[in-house]
Amino acid sequence: MDRTRELMAFALIATGVTVTKFNVAPRVIRPLIHSQIHRAGVRLLPMIGFLGCALGLIIIGQTVSLLTQIGAHTLIGTLMVTVVIRELGPLLTTVVVLARVGAATVVELGTSRARGEVEALEALAIDPVHYLVLPRMWGLAVSVFALTIYFVLVALLSGYLFAFLQDVPLPPSEYFHQLAGALRWEDFAMLTLKTAAFGIIIAVVCCYQGLAKPLRIEDVPNATTRAVVSSVVACVLVDAVFIVAYLLI
Amino acid sequence: MSTVAEKIARPPVIEMFDAAITSTRAPDTAVISGVNWIVSLDDYWVIGGPTGSGKSNLLVTAAGLQQPLRGVHRLFGRELPSLHEPERLHERLRVGMVFGGDARPFPQLTVAENVALPLRYHHSRSNSEVWQRVEEMLDITELSAFANIAPPDLMRALIPRVGLARALALGPEVLLLDNPLAGLGPRQERWWLDFIASLASGHPSMKGRKMTIVVTCDDLRPWTSQGRQFALLKGKHFLPLGGRDDLKRCNEPLLHDLTAAHSS
Repeated sequence: MDRTRELMAFALIATGVTVTKFNVAPRVIRPLIHSQIHRAGVRLLPMIGFLGCALGLIIIGQTVSLLTQIGAHTLIGTLMVTVVIRELGPLLTTVVVLARVGAATVVELGTSRARGEVEALEALAIDPVHYLVLPRMWGLAVSVFALTIYFVLVALLSGYLFAFLQDVPLPPSEYFHQLAGALRWEDFAMLTLKTAAFGIIIAVVCCYQGLAKPLRIEDVPNATTRAVVSSVVACVLVDAVFIVAYLLI
Repeated sequence: MSTVAEKIARPPVIEMFDAAITSTRAPDTAVISGVNWIVSLDDYWVIGGPTGSGKSNLLVTAAGLQQPLRGVHRLFGRELPSLHEPERLHERLRVGMVFGGDARPFPQLTVAENVALPLRYHHSRSNSEVWQRVEEMLDITELSAFANIAPPDLMRALIPRVGLARALALGPEVLLLDNPLAGLGPRQERWWLDFIASLASGHPSMKGRKMTIVVTCDDLRPWTSQGRQFALLKGKHFLPLGGRDDLKRCNEPLLHDLTAAHSS
């Protein structure tokens, strides 16, 4: 309970710093954000592409094929938008980013803290939250959003490719018409908000676990596990809030 | 006794009254109690103490990076918690700090980027002005040849100089150095002593302005001919000793230990 309270306090501090130091030292902070986008976004593109392709071929292709065979192809759009665009895309992308970048962030910041680099930043009157946390928040928010779009596109396209190769009688125009017809404006808005929220959650939780106290070697596995579990739980809870929002709109 | 004229000419830059100094690892426990200490402009303090006596914590508190558990701490006559953020930042930037050990350079940045970081963060100077200042700092610390390599790839003895160059980049008025000679050979030791002495007497890179110096150490021998004011940390207490002449008359056993340190 104490840890949850501390995490909430850390999240509030990080949010406060984001607002109050929005345009402070852009020459230092912007390159750090770009570097985080490169690390958590660009470098994960092949992995996300592979997973999107695999999901498309294995699950979406079979679903499209099955729905067409039983004459329920009119449900394809609704099903894809609900499952892939609203839920699976953001969650799977977040889990991949969490595994590849979040865990590394805990170790990186924990080591920095143990080496006294946080105090060194403070001695230079540089706010450690501004320098270490804010770039990761922006970087991961942008990366999760961009990777989700990429993942969804690859998954939907490869899904159709699977159906096409199985001679499913569904022309491409019909498939994309179904998808476009099922998409609403709120899907775009919610997808943007949700993926950005997931990216921020991962960043805040992992930074908190890394910076909360100096890590010793034996603390690293526990801190990393805590970061992953807390991030997943927080993302699922936020996802539930978004589901309620969808239902209310 | 300090007169009013003296106070005007050499105002206090760091003041502590009945201060209880805590550790960053245990913020609720005092590692030094009842510190009454005034550092005036142009002072050159040397504070000796055995390992674990709280030297680093005293400097961190003096720099305003942590607040004392009890008592008063003032930087340039002002208590930092009572200041608004821009004023607090202004006062903090007047104090430079060189940490002990390897002076904690950022390993992911090159030597030049380490020195440039505070300039790029705090100033809106053009890039050419920033790099000019960085070159100047690297030049005075004899690191120019290593500008583009990461600190972990430097010779061990040169790594603390990165922290020194970084602390000097913003031109502070006060420089706090935590055990800067630890682990250095005689040649490096000589370089540090001469360089700090030149800062105390007005280095050209600081526009000739005399810098107030506070040094901590666990071996007082190299400093007895350098410092102008001396103090010891003993058994959780801060013991001011006075000037060089007072050192000779002092019968404190710890002083003898620290001046005889490693003599065997």
